Amino acid sequence: MNKNFNFSTSFRNSSLVKSVIDEIQKTITKKWTLMEICGGQTHAIMQYGLDQILPKELELVHGPGCPVCVTPLGQIDRAHAIAILPNVIFCTFGDMLRVPGSSVDLFTLRARGAQIKIVYSPLDAVKIAQENPDKQVVFFAIGFETTVPANATSVLQAKALGLKNFSVLVSQVSVPPAMNAILNSPLNRVQAFLAAGHVCAVMGYWEYHPIAQKYHVPIVVTGFEPLDLLQGILKAIQQLEKSEFFVENAYTRAVSEAGNQVAQRIINQIFEPCDRNWRGIGIIPMSGLGLRKEYEEFNAENRFQVGHIMTQESEICIAGEILQGLKKPVQCPAFRKICSPTNPLGAPMVSSEGTCSAYYRYAINVEED
Amino acid sequence: MTKTPTITFEGPVCPVPLRHNKSIVMGHGSGGKMTEDLIRQVFQKNFSNSFLDAGNDFASVQMPGPGGHLSISTDAHIVSPIFFPGGDIGKLAICGTVNDMSMSGAIPLYLTASFILEEGLDIDILEQVVISMQESANEAGVLVIAGDTKVVEKGKGDGIFISTTGIGWISDDKVIGGEKAQPGDAVIISGTIGDHGIAVLTARGEFSLESSVRSDVAPLNHMIAEILKVAPDTHVLRDPTRGGLATTLNEIARQSKVGIIIHEESIPITNAVQSTCELLGFDPLYVANEGKLIVIAPDVRKNEILEIIRNTKYGNHAAIIGEVVERNSEKVILKTQIGTSRILDVMAGEMLPRIC
Repeated sequence: MNKNFNFSTSFRNSSLVKSVIDEIQKTITKKWTLMEICGGQTHAIMQYGLDQILPKELELVHGPGCPVCVTPLGQIDRAHAIAILPNVIFCTFGDMLRVPGSSVDLFTLRARGAQIKIVYSPLDAVKIAQENPDKQVVFFAIGFETTVPANATSVLQAKALGLKNFSVLVSQVSVPPAMNAILNSPLNRVQAFLAAGHVCAVMGYWEYHPIAQKYHVPIVVTGFEPLDLLQGILKAIQQLEKSEFFVENAYTRAVSEAGNQVAQRIINQIFEPCDRNWRGIGIIPMSGLGLRKEYEEFNAENRFQVGHIMTQESEICIAGEILQGLKKPVQCPAFRKICSPTNPLGAPMVSSEGTCSAYYRYAINVEED
Repeated sequence: MTKTPTITFEGPVCPVPLRHNKSIVMGHGSGGKMTEDLIRQVFQKNFSNSFLDAGNDFASVQMPGPGGHLSISTDAHIVSPIFFPGGDIGKLAICGTVNDMSMSGAIPLYLTASFILEEGLDIDILEQVVISMQESANEAGVLVIAGDTKVVEKGKGDGIFISTTGIGWISDDKVIGGEKAQPGDAVIISGTIGDHGIAVLTARGEFSLESSVRSDVAPLNHMIAEILKVAPDTHVLRDPTRGGLATTLNEIARQSKVGIIIHEESIPITNAVQSTCELLGFDPLYVANEGKLIVIAPDVRKNEILEIIRNTKYGNHAAIIGEVVERNSEKVILKTQIGTSRILDVMAGEMLPRIC
């Protein structure tokens, strides 16, 4: 690659964007419904206004791929129950601070004196545990396969250091079972998937072949820049128009079939598949990644005995339907009325990757212009 | 039977008090001798001027001309760390208030400064901050003419908080304000955005990131004076501090009941700020600036103003970034580099780094 190549601008080149859009226009002959799995992709689509320049025949529905959004309310309440304990330093990714539990959020608890720290890497939480031997340090290990390797590494490191004051509150999920669940739903409208490029950078895309074959859906591994997204959309439409369905890689600069095998080994060493509740969706079998028995000592749910906390979700919030791509935020009675980023009812309004927050931030009345 | 300890009354029973000239103790806020010493040795020494040296609890000043109005502004400053690349809390405390005052077109004249110091603060650090304040005050051409110091117990402050109040003078012919933007006006920014926020964030070291980004904190009054010489009909001057460019433009759109369109590709931003923001999931349009100016003025003035700004000390990356429109009333629209449009809303709350 040219050494002057600029990674932060070249994939946003407007004339290249236009040429791919033209190609999509030429290819598409009928209505198709695509789902982008990842919330990062949803945000990029809204941020660059790609929905405004794509052909009207194409409908993009937004998938459940925001780890903050799908973390179940019960788990958030458990996090809160741990975070308020006097001897605990609770470490979390920044996004989680604003997610409402059934009564408060972590911001409120921090203002009430809870020790809550934003970390950018789970390893920072391990460091905090080393520096504070008289405190219990808990890391809120949420995420898809993208973040799971780093979460796993934190447990490995804590074990190697013999830390007795470090534990993880786990709420991890994996993508393929969610795709299966969506395709299995009698209400499903999704005809092709844009698979999340960064998840595939870790996991590869070998897991997706059986899904493409079983449900006859094209699955295109797609990146996050405007050109990446359009390239993924183009490839998906090309397959749909030809009645083809296979797994295709439109993000070759980051993703290989096998993925990052070192990362996969670390994930498998620490975690194993388990049933997992998705906020707004319900339990998807074997869709979670929970701690293996050998690492149970690091399980914060046991250490602080919060496993019994169960919570019902808000009745008015339609997060579940949003996360399954059945409804758009504008179809929610609460959207923009009683639900906003400053007063979110459900997680999709909270996270920077949440669908509702993307609609709130980027998509209001632009057509007036 | 317990043996009674023998007490020997040798040497002075009352220990000689420590001089405490190295770090702040509660006594420095007592109002007594220690306070007086601190004022003399740190504040008066550096801020010295006839008003302050008079030693009163007030300063009485004369206005520079007949008529006109007073422009008064006050600002509290907290920042962690106290020193960051490109500036420190002292420079921030002077520039913040000088800039707030200047946005009315006022000539900033005098400042007062209140210090809240945490017990244990190194007096050398305090003096460095005070020296930095005086340097910025010199540059801006203002005098610090009154002040106050309080000390809080260890753990009840963050080293040093500074609150400054400024007084400036506006001639009667100046009518500048956030409510004056008119459809057809041009929107100009005086340089690259996001530098201050990213410099402070990376200086905190929380994200294991190192960067070459330096805060843009600077007094803008001289730049503004130059602009108003050639374009006295300027409508709005505003510094996009907390909440960044996007939030500030929203405030103006709301105050003036107009729409504002800005063009993504024309917004100046350094590669370092852009890439740090992309890594952390921040939008540079919402990141704080401390030495940038938004100018909204009649379209016919835009090229003159741009040239003037570019010739000032802090303005060489100035750019015309958009225009004021009637449509989309009270909304700010961003035209993206790929030709689409989206709404730029105000920042919801604290900016949070995203998970992945």
